[in-house]
Amino acid sequence: MKKSLTKSQTFCRNSAPPTFRFAKKILLKNATLIGHNYDERKKFDVLIIDGKIRSIASPNEATDDFAGEQIELAGKLVLPGFFDMHVHFREPGREDEETLRSGAAAAMAGGFTAVATMPNTDPVTDNQEIVEFIKDELRDHLITVHPIAAITRRQLGKELVDMAELIEAGVVAFSDDGKSVLDSLMLRRALEYAQMFDVPIIEHCEDPFLAYGGDMHEGFVSSNLGLPGIPAIAEDIVVARNILLAEYTRSKMHIAHISTAGAVELVRRAKDKGLAVTAEATPHHFTLTDEAVSSFDANFKMNPPLRSPEHVNAIIAGLKEGVIDAIATDHAPHSIEEKDTEFSAAPFGILGLETALGLAIKQLIKPGIFNWGQLVEKMSANPYRILGLEAPEIKPDVVANLTIIDPDIEWTVDKTKFKSRSRNTPFHDWKLQGKVHCLFNNGYFYLNPEF
Amino acid sequence: MNFNRKHLLGLEHVSAEEIKLILDTAESFKEVLERPIPKVPTLRGKTIVNLFYESSTRTRFSFELAEKRLSADTLNFSASTSSVKKGESLRDTAQNIEAMKVDMVVIRHGAAGAAHYLSRCIKGTVINAGDGWHEHPTQALLDMLTIRERFNNFKGLKVAIVGDILHSRVARSNIFGLKTMGAEVAICAPRTLIPFEAEKWKVNIFNDVDQTIAWADILMVLRIQLERQAQNFFPSLREYHNYFGITRERLERIKRDITIMHPGPINRGIELDSDLADDAQYSVILNQVTNGVAIRMAVLYLLSGENKSH
Repeated sequence: MKKSLTKSQTFCRNSAPPTFRFAKKILLKNATLIGHNYDERKKFDVLIIDGKIRSIASPNEATDDFAGEQIELAGKLVLPGFFDMHVHFREPGREDEETLRSGAAAAMAGGFTAVATMPNTDPVTDNQEIVEFIKDELRDHLITVHPIAAITRRQLGKELVDMAELIEAGVVAFSDDGKSVLDSLMLRRALEYAQMFDVPIIEHCEDPFLAYGGDMHEGFVSSNLGLPGIPAIAEDIVVARNILLAEYTRSKMHIAHISTAGAVELVRRAKDKGLAVTAEATPHHFTLTDEAVSSFDANFKMNPPLRSPEHVNAIIAGLKEGVIDAIATDHAPHSIEEKDTEFSAAPFGILGLETALGLAIKQLIKPGIFNWGQLVEKMSANPYRILGLEAPEIKPDVVANLTIIDPDIEWTVDKTKFKSRSRNTPFHDWKLQGKVHCLFNNGYFYLNPEF
Repeated sequence: MNFNRKHLLGLEHVSAEEIKLILDTAESFKEVLERPIPKVPTLRGKTIVNLFYESSTRTRFSFELAEKRLSADTLNFSASTSSVKKGESLRDTAQNIEAMKVDMVVIRHGAAGAAHYLSRCIKGTVINAGDGWHEHPTQALLDMLTIRERFNNFKGLKVAIVGDILHSRVARSNIFGLKTMGAEVAICAPRTLIPFEAEKWKVNIFNDVDQTIAWADILMVLRIQLERQAQNFFPSLREYHNYFGITRERLERIKRDITIMHPGPINRGIELDSDLADDAQYSVILNQVTNGVAIRMAVLYLLSGENKSH
């Protein structure tokens, strides 16, 4: 049965207090569990006490006189908590666009239990103080934040950050996201130094000379629209260099928001060689093509840009074949003033957290490209593995880190209802299916108030 | 036929019937322009703003004159004298104009899609007078009127656009419009100034100007922006002139029977020999200017909706 949400069930923008609470004693009834140990046709009762999974049992074995809260999960799916390893939360610096707390609220609304924040804050996340500030802001929160620090001070590409100190403060990777480390020697040093901590270097791959002045993917659409193009090879060339450096230094290289057929092929070859190269793709890169830019709506402006259909197909194939390890949103809030303007004047980037699940279901689950287990790999297991963190599992005696979704519910994207502080989505008014029902993480429980 | 458009943002999606209607309407306005008092009351009471964010002499004067010939009330806004320098956004400017109850806006802007954007911000009609490298539909329409006057129709006519195609809104609008009308189109430029996948426009692509002249009935010569040399699209103006300039020597050697057009302003002696530009045997450049007023009258009239009430 399909259900629809009514307007009265939704809640208003950035409602101040967090909507999660301590998971004291909750029994999840008739749950379908997604994980290699579970038969998806069977139902289970999952008992959570003090935020931990206490037991997983067949429904009839559960005690009828259960004293705590019971949640009926027939028709819902229980998955290991989703982790978005690429978000921009704009704090410190642009709190008008997003704060750590509004970003975390958006993450919950999107079905995530953890995020990794990119360091292009203002000031740049390149020192312990800012890392501690980020972690402090979300210390007692359902959302776990894993800060990523810059590779170079102020992301200027000149001096390495104090990596060991930053690792001690809790960063999980280094990236100058927004641009590549142009100086190959600098990147070599970063890769080698980061090896001591077994964390990856995450690279935004773009040759700024080839991409110079570009507003969208270079192709027939850009030729038609008279918009300066960002050629696919601007990405491919840097991906190729980065893979060579990763091979030479035997280090971990993660390719952020991969968007071209050429880059997918390069990563495929690197993996065939057994290199420690991983990649992520965004929902918009497997959903939209450059044709969308014909509207000149700056909500279709992002970097890497929306590519032509052959690239989009290569991204989907790369996800399917395991060349692309993870789905990450590159959640990039921008103010209305900045985005509501002529195309070339607008900054790059769109929101991602609150539409990612619906788009993944629409583009990957519905057409049969992925089963639920494969989606869990891309949105939970692999992001954790790439960053050297323990991936959550659905099993007794662990802290419950769960994303529970209603896969059938139909809803219409309404940007005015977003928990994010920004509104820059190209998916407004899209009809999507599947939404978060509730979340568990860090001892907390969040029930989507729309249910 | 009826002209049911609200805006004229480009020619890419304008049909042959619509283009023909605009050209036919322009022809009847040309007759008006020959009268002792070249003025009609068609747009009396309508307010039109000419919103020019980029410098322009020819296009702005042409629109202004067309508006005055149609008895509209006109306002001119140019970036150098307006509050744009104070950082006012296109949206704010547009909304202010809207608050003044303006019926139509003619916009010239450096950003591709600016006219599209404006058409979403205001209730009135928007006419694109050039948006970045994207389109300049009234220029292509006046070019087509000039061509039709000389050749009577477009079927099988060979039009070669020579010069900086990559950065040219005139080239794009002409490619879209001329193809729609059944002409054969070629583009000729240094390889660096040919847009990516331009072959998908189904145009002939030349890098050799002699071959282009041998092929074409009409040469539409584009202004080469001096700043492109600094961006290394070509090594020097001298080399550009020697290899891509249209000279009397080339025409006399290859083909004397050819028509030369130029949207202006001309870099005389660089993309086009000065005396060729002024030689009526070849050049229809001044006819283009005259036709510009008639075309803009036709576009303003058809978009105003006045044709429907009559």
